[in-house]
Amino acid sequence: MRLFVRAALYLGLTLAAITFIYPFLWMLSSSLKPPFEFGTLALIPGSITLDNYRIMWSRAPFGRALANSVLVAGTITAAVLVLSSMTAYAMARLRFPGRRALNAATLAVLLVPGQLTLIPLYTLIVQLGWIDTYAALIVPYLCNATAILMLRQFFLQIPQSLIDSARMDGMGELRILFTIFWPLARPPLAIVAIFTFMGSWNEVLWPLLVVRDQQTMTLPQLLTVFALGGGAGTLGVSLAASMVLVVPVVVAYMFLQRYFIESMAGAGVKG
Amino acid sequence: MRAEDRSGWLLSAPYAAFLLVFAAYPVCFALALVFMHWDLVRAPSFAGFDNVRLLATDTRFWRAVLNTFVFLGIHLPLQIATALTLALALNRPLVFRAFWRAAFFLPVVISGAVVAILWNALYATDVGLINGLLARAGVAPVPWLTDPSLAMPAIAVMVTWKNVGFYVVIYLAGLQYIPRSCQEAIAVEGASAWQRLRHLTLPLLLPQTILVVTLSTINGFQLFIEPYVMTGGGPLRRTFSIVLYMYTNAFSYQKMGYAATIGVALALIIGLVVAIQRRVIGKAEVQ
Repeated sequence: MRLFVRAALYLGLTLAAITFIYPFLWMLSSSLKPPFEFGTLALIPGSITLDNYRIMWSRAPFGRALANSVLVAGTITAAVLVLSSMTAYAMARLRFPGRRALNAATLAVLLVPGQLTLIPLYTLIVQLGWIDTYAALIVPYLCNATAILMLRQFFLQIPQSLIDSARMDGMGELRILFTIFWPLARPPLAIVAIFTFMGSWNEVLWPLLVVRDQQTMTLPQLLTVFALGGGAGTLGVSLAASMVLVVPVVVAYMFLQRYFIESMAGAGVKG
Repeated sequence: MRAEDRSGWLLSAPYAAFLLVFAAYPVCFALALVFMHWDLVRAPSFAGFDNVRLLATDTRFWRAVLNTFVFLGIHLPLQIATALTLALALNRPLVFRAFWRAAFFLPVVISGAVVAILWNALYATDVGLINGLLARAGVAPVPWLTDPSLAMPAIAVMVTWKNVGFYVVIYLAGLQYIPRSCQEAIAVEGASAWQRLRHLTLPLLLPQTILVVTLSTINGFQLFIEPYVMTGGGPLRRTFSIVLYMYTNAFSYQKMGYAATIGVALALIIGLVVAIQRRVIGKAEVQ
């Protein structure tokens, strides 16, 4: 009986794991199949071709979009790390008038659904003349309330004596933050970095609103426009384009899966 | 001025400025836009209650709201059931537990746009993987995304698949707080596995269930990229989501006032639905 239960458990888990992994393998394999083979179930293509990749690369600026995505997600992540830790440090370790108001405002921001501010933000970007610029993709994401609260929570636990002795040595607050707090705060900083980067990397609704020029599009947007606009022609080409977006994420995920799970689950719960 | 005051202000000044421009201003302006007509070309004009009146009688908007409830009606029970089942399985002593958890979480890290394109291919009537597998079992091809009564359920299943790993992690965190000794104690009293689940595990997991319901409801109301990529809102507008309708009004019709009104209405509906859910689940606990 015991043995039977365990066998059933592993069988069930294996089936579940196949359900989650197989579609991605099928995607990889389908992107390598010639059109006439597309409908087949075989995971290993009868004849492997890179035609889908060649077509997708020649019809839309995917190289450029990849660079755009790296630039946008990278800038946002760096800015969020620096600005959030500055704010979190001030909120956790400095006493100044307005600190409480800032804390309350940050909690309030978490309660505002994104759909409420989407249209006014869009009109703001139009009025600033930022349509089709990187600024439109980057600036509205430079600060992040979830990141601030997460880092603040961590900064509260660092002993005051470290700050006191650093001040005694004549260190300014910024130096204390970046030379003493940052090395201690690597785990929460990694968590913030992952969920910020992934959020930006996968975002598609906002780019669809503020960017129309293919040269400024990030990968998920170009992919969506490409697949919808009929530029792809066949499903195989769409899947090949999707691979460009997925492969870097899956590779990073394979090495850092514990951090990914902790980070993305944690951010979702708090945000 | 005290040095600490000055450093505090300097360090938090960028964030305070950001909050004013990108949080406070949009919230206030969203409320103002409700009473405006604005196509972004001419100057905005005062609209009185035009937008609100239009919203109240706009069958396309209410169709989108109804669609979202259809989506949630399928998605919520399915999401809870699958997440709970997988979490209970993972909570046992297992070989390769990290691997199983990572496998279930994989779709969570993938962009919604990719998942939509992938499932478009999986659901394809003639060359899709799902109909291919069904054909082996002798089932005729099913028009998953082109049949008006099947399209939304098909999307609900797909979204459940994409997010389940996230909710498994939430349930697993909850399960870790239920001591094994508790389970063993009532097992000794003669409780069957089902009774243990029904009377011990499920009630103790109530906070997680509330969280799962709340988060997947909020997430469900944000449905956008899936219908945008897979169905364009069709067939017969059955998969048109509220955010897709808002996007269409802003981007295609240039009706900023009306789009913002939809956004405000959506925020209110989300707040209302989540409040009702919490009440109902809370009552169920008392009984």
